Amino acid sequence: MTEFLAGMWEAFATTLKRLFERPVTIQYPEEKRVLPPRYRARIVLTRDPDGGERCVACYLCSAVCPVSCISMQSVEGEHGRRYASWFRINFSRCIFCGMCEEACPTLAIQLTPDYEFSKRTILDLVYEKKDLLVDNEGKYPGYNFYRHAGVGVVNPKGGNPDEYGPVDIQGNMP
Amino acid sequence: MSDAVIMFLLIVVKLSLILGITFTLAAYMVLAERKLLGRMQNRYGPNRVGPYGLLQPLADLIKMITKEDIMPDEADGFIYYIAPGIVAGTVLFSFAVVPFGGPVTVMGRELVMPVIDLNVGVLYFLALSSLGVYGVALAGWSSGSKYSLLGGIRGSAQMVSYELSMGLALVPVVMLTGSFSLSDIVAAQSRVPFIVYSPLGFIVFLVSVAAESKRIPFDLPEAENELVAGYHTEYSGMRFGLFFVGEYINIIVLSAMATTFFLGGWLGPGPQWLSFFWFFIKSAIIAFFFIWTRATLPRLRYDQLMHFGWKLLVPLSLVNVLVTGFLALLFGWRLA
Repeated sequence: MTEFLAGMWEAFATTLKRLFERPVTIQYPEEKRVLPPRYRARIVLTRDPDGGERCVACYLCSAVCPVSCISMQSVEGEHGRRYASWFRINFSRCIFCGMCEEACPTLAIQLTPDYEFSKRTILDLVYEKKDLLVDNEGKYPGYNFYRHAGVGVVNPKGGNPDEYGPVDIQGNMP
Repeated sequence: MSDAVIMFLLIVVKLSLILGITFTLAAYMVLAERKLLGRMQNRYGPNRVGPYGLLQPLADLIKMITKEDIMPDEADGFIYYIAPGIVAGTVLFSFAVVPFGGPVTVMGRELVMPVIDLNVGVLYFLALSSLGVYGVALAGWSSGSKYSLLGGIRGSAQMVSYELSMGLALVPVVMLTGSFSLSDIVAAQSRVPFIVYSPLGFIVFLVSVAAESKRIPFDLPEAENELVAGYHTEYSGMRFGLFFVGEYINIIVLSAMATTFFLGGWLGPGPQWLSFFWFFIKSAIIAFFFIWTRATLPRLRYDQLMHFGWKLLVPLSLVNVLVTGFLALLFGWRLA
């Protein structure tokens, strides 16, 4: 009986105490959470510091995507510079798992904390390359893949600071 | 204008005021419950429709009225249609005897503040709360659904069981007053409310009332996680709304009754017109207690419910009748 009364007392006291506490609810359209920069929402294609596209259309994101919502077509420009002639993400299928970002060798594809892009028509959720490309470097400033890649796109082959020039296979001595 | 016509008009005005205020109160009771429950669970509750969500009841009403009224193929048509009316109707009728204020004098005529001051008010109230069981039982039976049927059966068993302890808890009150009239009961508490004479009776009455109105520790007839929504599973639109409104008017009526029987009704310090205020405050405290209970206690199991009713509340209320009667005889308590 004492146990019962003590239990009742504690339960009622707890709920009464909660009545005077501040609710934890975030009143969404008026109040918004400040999301961490690594939050996974709308996907963008970033640019390198020189303003060029980072994406080299390697298809790794498309391959790793568990719901196959990324598709593209690669073409090759001058000096062997690869880029996507078109790049499409179907956000109505995307599950925001972030695997594309992990797979990307050039840090081009990145997830952003912007989650407010619901649409009234489902086809509006199919984002083309022009919708995906942004004019900044995203989470990794200062990185340009072609300054480290050993491909003669930005500088001639071997011209980057951390690279050797091409090896002369004819004169290669032990 | 003749005297009778004026009296008639006054009564009509009084009745429409009472009816309007009752429905409004029931609607805002829903809002108050949702808000308080929300705050007790660290959330806000409805706060979108109107300032602080104050227009939420109106929005709910519009939604309920415009929804489709569905009847399952298996349902028993006529009974299915009238069952919500029985629930809401009996509750509204029992509001007729609630003395929610002192007599008011308008244009030289005295109006009593219950709709009607029956000399058997207590019996009338008990009878109507028993009739309310029919609404639940018939709704459950006529829906042609197993969940509804189970809910209806549970509802009738529960309400019949708890009626007993509720009636027995009122016996000391009637004994001390020597009358079944609610205004006599209020008048008898002019010095000391009956909660002092019969605190056990008050507690038993409150618990039975919670069971009678199917409030949360006793909401087995509509247990969501086992019976979908119990006896009103199949109802939609305003018919469901009637169950809902009936339930909340029932809470108001039962809080008002607890106030009348044990807390001294509309009596309180200050001038006569403050009596409505006192009555409202006392009833609101009891209604708050019901909401508080809902936020706090989990639902009982069915056998626990029956054991609690028959093995604890009924014996307790019987003992209460004996003890109060004995003390009343010993000290000569006879208050009216």
